[in-house]
This record gives sequence, structure tokens and C-alpha cells, in this order.
Amino acid sequence: MAYAYFDAAAGAPLHPVTEQALLAARADGWADPAKLYSPARRASQLLDAARASVAESLGVRPDEVGFQPSGTQAVHAAIAGARTARTGGPATVVHSAIEHSAVLHAAGTGPVVEVGVDRLGAVDLAAFTAAVRGPDVVLAALISASHEVGTVQPVTAAARACEAAGVPLYVDAAASLGYEPLPAGWSILSASARKWGGPAGIGVLVVRKGTRWEPPWPGATPGVLDAPGGLNLPEIVASAASLRAVLAERQEQAQRLYALVELIRARVAETVPDAVVVGDPVHRLPHLVTFSCLYVDGEALLHELDRAGFVVSSGSSCTSSTLRPSHVLVAMGVLTHGNVRVSLHRDSTEDEVRGFLDVLPGIVAGLRARAGVVGL
Amino acid sequence: MTDTAGGASPDDRTGTDGGIGTDGTPGAHDMDVLDCLGLRCPRPVIELAKRMQQVPVGGVLRVLSDDPVAGIDIPAWCWARGQEYLGATEPNTYEVRRVS
Repeated sequence: MAYAYFDAAAGAPLHPVTEQALLAARADGWADPAKLYSPARRASQLLDAARASVAESLGVRPDEVGFQPSGTQAVHAAIAGARTARTGGPATVVHSAIEHSAVLHAAGTGPVVEVGVDRLGAVDLAAFTAAVRGPDVVLAALISASHEVGTVQPVTAAARACEAAGVPLYVDAAASLGYEPLPAGWSILSASARKWGGPAGIGVLVVRKGTRWEPPWPGATPGVLDAPGGLNLPEIVASAASLRAVLAERQEQAQRLYALVELIRARVAETVPDAVVVGDPVHRLPHLVTFSCLYVDGEALLHELDRAGFVVSSGSSCTSSTLRPSHVLVAMGVLTHGNVRVSLHRDSTEDEVRGFLDVLPGIVAGLRARAGVVGL
Repeated sequence: MTDTAGGASPDDRTGTDGGIGTDGTPGAHDMDVLDCLGLRCPRPVIELAKRMQQVPVGGVLRVLSDDPVAGIDIPAWCWARGQEYLGATEPNTYEVRRVS
């Protein structure tokens, strides 16, 4: 059965350039680039070219770019490396309450200071500024935009506060790269290729020159940002090529998707009684929207939408493996039940979105009728 | 935070009802208890919404819930519905005042 895939924030469908580049690089880039024979030299050239391409796409130097085996590993390296660079004493990490769970897990291996958000999901900048001035802070982490509710974070202002305090700012840009221009002023950045339509299993780590950061793995060569072990070169080449392609069409896609999300925000508010659309209505990712339906079981809602041919995500506790609600919704203090996240991508069409908006009110009404909550 | 919490007596909490009702000790009168122990989201909020229809304006409903989401969803429901969330008075115990 045909279905509309609305979960690009978990992983976007492969960009056509990804598939082309994968095929070409598999033929040409299978050898270990660290060796000295001819196929290895070809592989080494491909790796250099991929690195240079990613650097150009991100506006940094090639030797500031490293490749990791996943977005999560890039997150872990970003945070562990800042702690490794600390020579003795506590190594505190300041982070917002709405970071990706990979950031929370990595930061949580040592002392942390968590900074809250407002009801729209924007970090409390005054509290963040105060926190980075605290003792023993080696890193401040702020997600570029919420992967769950889309609210764009005040990264440039946070970067100024970090600079004044002499603390490097780490930005997890996985949710926004390819959809929003990169913010300025950060020292460390990570991203994940599958989120922009590249292959799964490639993370990008960027550490600007002069940042207090050391590779946190055994046997590291100072200044080398690539994960230890063999690199998946064909996938790295495909990541670099697809990033370039995605950024070339970013503005056009962002405008189109912003309007589609605007349509969803407006129509959900109009046609679904007691639905709360969460996140910042303006300063938001172009392709992502989250709403909660009062009195509705999130798992049942996901299931009904799936049956109707629409694949979405949810931050409700009943849909998570841990049976905990999304920490982002909790930090914002918004309803966690009946929660739906829609995240669009370059293949999403207006017809799909309108089809979704046509079935949604009936599905919600049906679930409420079954639960006996009509008229509450 | 510590100073505020240390200086606040239960009277301070009930003093936040500025202008609503004349009962100086809300909770003493008009207190209804709704037992949602064992129910999982969204059931506690559904039961809360149903029972609130019977609570008089100004009255307080005490909700017992051991759903880990209750501490988020009950205040969020109050915010969405314009009712007053009085807080978690004890573990698994939440109080809501009907405003309208």
C-alpha cells in the first residue's frame, strides 16, 4: 500500500544524488585510504575530496571536519572530546533541557547544568548565559533547532555569551542542516547524513581551530577528527555529494515546506477540536510541526494514521520504548498525550499533506468517541 | 528557589487564589477526591475532565495518580482549559481548582 512518509526528522528518504554517488564510490573507493598502493591512493583522493566538499558546504576548513560512524557517535565525540581536553578537575557541561537524547546521555557521564525552556521551546537565554559563567564549565551544548517541536534556538546570542565566558559552544545541527542556514559563532558542531537524505551511518563532526577539544578515543592522533578504525568511504562520499545537492536546493525546498507546515498548523487548529499546536509558530524549522490532541491516546492515533497511509512520529509516552514521554514536551510543560510530530522532506507533496489533513479530524473524533470523551 | 520554598507556608500557597472565592482554606471545603491510581495516560486527564464538570466553580479537586506523565499532563490540561493548577501537594497527589 502506498503511504505518505512524514518522519523525515528520524531519517529522510535517500536523495537521488546519494544513490548515484554510492554506486560510483563503491566501484572506486573500496581500498583503505591509509595504504600506499594505487587503489589506496584513489581512495585517499576520494576521502580528501569528500572532506573538502563538506567543509565548503559548512563554511569551514577541511582539517576542521571529521567523519564518524553515526550522528550519535559524532555527538558523543563532541562532548567527550571537550572533557578529554580538560586536564584535571570537574568538567561540567551546560546544556538545554531539549537536547537530543544522545546529547543528554553523553553529557550525563559527568557533571551537568541543565537550562530550561519557555512554553514555545526556546532556551532561557539569561539562564544559559549565567550557567556558562559557572565554575568548571568546559562545554555548552545548544541544539540548533528542536528536533521534536521545531523551535529554532537563539544560537548566535548563546555563542556570544559563551565567547564572553571563554566556553566553547557545541551545536547539534542534525535537525536543521539542509533546512535552515547554519547559525554563527559555534566552536563544535555535529550532524547526521541520514537526516539530510544521505546514507545512514555517517556522522559529521566539526571542531573549529583553537577549540579546547582532544580526540577522546584510544590511540588518537592529535588533530585528527575521524573516528578510529576503517572509514566507510563510499557512504562518506555519498554524504558529501548529497549535502552539496541538498544545500543547493535548500532555499527553494524550505520555502515550499514552510508553507505546507503553515497549512498544517492552521488546519489542525481549525478542524481538530482541542488540539494544541506546540512550538514557535514563526521561528521554526520549515518542515516540522508537532501537535497534541487532548484526551487521545498517542499510540492509538499513530496506529490509525498508519492504517490510513500516513507515517508520523509521536512524543507520547505510550509510543516510546521507555514508556516515558518526550523530555522536550515535558520541559516545555505542554500536553504529552495524543502527540503527533509531522516532518516533511523534498519528496513530500501538497496532495499528501491535504490527504492527511482530510483524514485527521475524523480519526481524532473516532478515537474520542471510543474513549467516551466527546463534549468534555 | 530555596529561599522562596523555605519561606512559603501552606498558607502562602492558598493565598495565590487572589479574588476567587472566600474560603481561606481551600481544600477544607469543596474538596473532592478522584482516584486514578493505576490508570495510564490519557485516562487520568480524561477522568479529571469528566469529574470537573461536577465541581462547583471555586471548588478544588484532588487527583490521585501514579502515572509518571500526570505531573506534566494535569498542569498542561489546566493551562489548556483555563483552570487553576494548585500543585502536587503530596507524591501522586495533584490539586486543581475550577475557575470557570
